[in-house]
Amino acid sequence: MTDTTLQYAAHGHGDPHHLRGLQDSSLGHEGPAPKRIVTAYGFWIFLLSDIVMFSCFFAAYGVLLRQTAGGPSGSELFDLKSVAAETAFLLISSFTCGLASIAADVRSARWYQVAMAVTGVLGLCFLALEAREFADLVSRGAGPTRSAFLSAFFTLVGCHGLHVSAGILWLLTMMAQVAAKGFREDVCRRLLCFALFWHALDIIWVGIFSMVYLLGSAV
Amino acid sequence: MSEQQLHQFHEPLELAPGDEEEARVGPRLVGYLIGLGLSILLTATSFFIAGTDLVWQPSIPVALTVLAIAQMGVHLVFFLHITTGPDNTNNVMALAFGLLIVFLVVGGSLWIMAHMNHNMVPMQIMPMQH
Repeated sequence: MTDTTLQYAAHGHGDPHHLRGLQDSSLGHEGPAPKRIVTAYGFWIFLLSDIVMFSCFFAAYGVLLRQTAGGPSGSELFDLKSVAAETAFLLISSFTCGLASIAADVRSARWYQVAMAVTGVLGLCFLALEAREFADLVSRGAGPTRSAFLSAFFTLVGCHGLHVSAGILWLLTMMAQVAAKGFREDVCRRLLCFALFWHALDIIWVGIFSMVYLLGSAV
Repeated sequence: MSEQQLHQFHEPLELAPGDEEEARVGPRLVGYLIGLGLSILLTATSFFIAGTDLVWQPSIPVALTVLAIAQMGVHLVFFLHITTGPDNTNNVMALAFGLLIVFLVVGGSLWIMAHMNHNMVPMQIMPMQH
C-alpha cells in the first residue's frame, strides 16, 4: 500500500467522490459484488419498472379525471373514512414488515413469524376494505364500465390491490420457508426482496390516496 | 498501518437496496419508529388539508402533491433505506432514472392532454353541415 493513498484517507477532501482508493489500481475492486447485493439490486430495478407502470395508470387517471360521461364524479363516490382506514392498515403493515426484517437479521424465528403474521393480517384487512368499496361502487351502478373516469380508477386501484394480494401470497410463502428451512442464505435474500416489495406497495398507495382519493374527491 | 485504517479500506463499497449500515437492533427500531411517526404526521396532514376550508382552496392540490412527495421520501429513507451515502450510489442512480421516466410520463401526458382539450373546438359551436 502506498503512502499517497494513506494521505488521501487522512484528508477527507482528498477523496471528494468517495472512491476510497478505487482510483488506485493496487486497491482495485475485489471481484463481483456479493450475491445478496446483486439480487437485491436486480429486484430494485424490477420495482422501479413497476413504479413506471403505475405512473402510466396515474397519468391515465389524471387525464380522464373529468370524463365522467354524465355519471358520478369522485366527490360523490369516495368514502374518505374507509380510505383513511386502508391507509392506516397499509402503513402499520409496512412498519411490522420492517420489524420482521429486524427479527430475521437477529435470527429470532418466533418474533419473525409474529411480525409477518401481523403484516399479513393487516394486508388482508386492507384488501377486505378495498373489496367492500369496489362491491359498493358496482352495486351503485358506478362500475368500471360506467365512464372513462371509473375505468381509469378501477384499473389503477385494482392493479395496486392485485399487487397486495400477490404480496400476501409471497408473505405466506416466506413464513413457510423460514419455518421449514430456517434463516438460510437464499431464504434471507428472498426476505430482503419481499420487504422491498411490501414497502414499495406502500409508496404507491401514498400516491393513490393523495392523488386519486383526496384530489379526486375535490373535483 | 493501524487496525482502523485497514478497516477503512476494506469496508464494503456497496449496500443492497433495503440493507442498512446500522446493524444493532435498537437504532434500527428507532429508525422504523421515526419513519412511522413521520408518515402518520404527513398522512394526517393530507387528510386534514383535503377536508378543511381553513386554507386557500386553490392551494390544496399543490399542498397534497408536496405532502405526497415528502411522504414517499420518508418511506424511501426510513423503510427502504435508499440514502445518499457513497455505498448507495447504484441504487440512487437507478431511482433517479426511474423518477425521470415517471416525471416524463405523468407530466407529459397531463400537459399534452390539457393543451389538446384547450385547443379543441367545442362541439356545440361548430356550424351544422346542412
